[in-house]
Amino acid sequence: MAEKKLGKQTVNFAQGPYVIGSAAVGGEKEGEGPLKSWFDLILDDDTFSEKTWEKAESKILKETMLLALQKSGKDKKDIDLVLSGDLLNQIMSSSFMARDLHLPFLGLYGACSTMTESLLLGSMLTDGGFAHNIIVGASSHFCTAERQFRMPVEHGNQRPPSAQWTATAAGSMLVSDQMVDLSKIGSVDDKQKIVNPRNIQVDCGTIGKVIDAGVKDANQMGSAMAPAAVDTILNHLEDTGRTIDYYDLVLTGDLGYIGKDIATDLLIDAGLDANAVKERYDDCGTMLYYREEQDVHGGGSGCGCSASVFCGNIINRMRKGELNKVLLVSTGAMLSTLSPFQGESIPGIAHGVVLETC
Amino acid sequence: MDKQEVKKKDVAKAYEKYSKQFTPKPTYFSNCLKAFIVGGLVCTVAYYVSNFLVGKGLPEKDAIIYVTIGIVALAQLLTGFGVFDSIARFAGAGVIVPISGFANSMVAPAIEFKKEGPVLGVGAKLFSIAGPVLVCGITSATIVGVIYWIIGLF
Repeated sequence: MAEKKLGKQTVNFAQGPYVIGSAAVGGEKEGEGPLKSWFDLILDDDTFSEKTWEKAESKILKETMLLALQKSGKDKKDIDLVLSGDLLNQIMSSSFMARDLHLPFLGLYGACSTMTESLLLGSMLTDGGFAHNIIVGASSHFCTAERQFRMPVEHGNQRPPSAQWTATAAGSMLVSDQMVDLSKIGSVDDKQKIVNPRNIQVDCGTIGKVIDAGVKDANQMGSAMAPAAVDTILNHLEDTGRTIDYYDLVLTGDLGYIGKDIATDLLIDAGLDANAVKERYDDCGTMLYYREEQDVHGGGSGCGCSASVFCGNIINRMRKGELNKVLLVSTGAMLSTLSPFQGESIPGIAHGVVLETC
Repeated sequence: MDKQEVKKKDVAKAYEKYSKQFTPKPTYFSNCLKAFIVGGLVCTVAYYVSNFLVGKGLPEKDAIIYVTIGIVALAQLLTGFGVFDSIARFAGAGVIVPISGFANSMVAPAIEFKKEGPVLGVGAKLFSIAGPVLVCGITSATIVGVIYWIIGLF
């Protein structure tokens, strides 16, 4: 009786759910990048006036969620559930954020795929009638990730060209079972000056498998995750019976420059139309920074990378009507701080969500 | 090893080869050149200061110790101000291989883990980067020493 299931891995929503609010917050470096005008808030200082980086990340996530809530015109008492995750051990930023928000909370871990994981689950819960309004989101912070997975921030070393830069950023969306009149409540940021904003609904989503191509180098996240992204995209197209032309944009989370090239090549190799792939496919990790000027090597990464690009740039461009059908695929590298030392390779995962204007 | 394991390894190897063609190579030559120039500069300045101290009447042994202390202190200070990592990003081995790199590898975790307290934070993590280097260095020095001693017996 799973009538909302489509094919092998895809869930299809009957009507809605709707994305009625969204917000993106970026750190200093992200605020100097090409997408600076799409952030709702840019930090002057990456500690966000907190004593520790972890506290700062938690606060960034909280502020992002409150901004999304405020922009949706809803009240805190309308919110049934918060779904979020981050990169830290025991998803510290999210749990501590939830302590302050004081709302029912389910913590998620999908590494950098958390944004679409939370959006997908949030949509399923609202569509299933288990909640009316759910805040979903994800965050990452360069300094917290760096000290947990790599070296202390002040340690001097040279990064290989494939190393990626963890974004200090967060993104959040408010998923609702009810469409709202956007113009009436002024839910769209004034900064973007959007006339006649479009409503956005979640059309369907594809749950990814963990794919491991055997990459062991933790500085090669892009190539470790690319097969998972490609697998999810191909399964999505097969399950829905669509071609890539159906979408205005197919956007992966944080494959970076190298991963994007690999994914493009693999998608074309799988038989998709080469021009359509090149035209419609992009990666958040390549959008968030200026490659040379900001010295980011392989591009951006982290939960906040795809979260802030989706919730800032993409959602607002959809509200404007520039984009109508978008497939978002956040990608995650499921390594732990111990697994590389135990000789394990890096498994990748990717979840896809389709947003459409309506 | 069963068949599946072998197959997995083959896939990993093939994928690694495939993904390599998309990965830009590190600029080894320019990295070496920068490291050579900066590292050489550090050593030249150190040597100049050491000579200067000897000229002032200090015994050479003491002069070398003062210079070493000076480089360590400077590297620590630069790490504290948050500029050492930027210098190292440019110069690479030029500042990491001399004792300045060692000083940085002690101070960086000290700053980083200050927030977790002086004992369980700084105390526990101070040697997190330098520790493995020290352990391996002392172990191999001991082994070499023992071999040297055995050779001396004959």
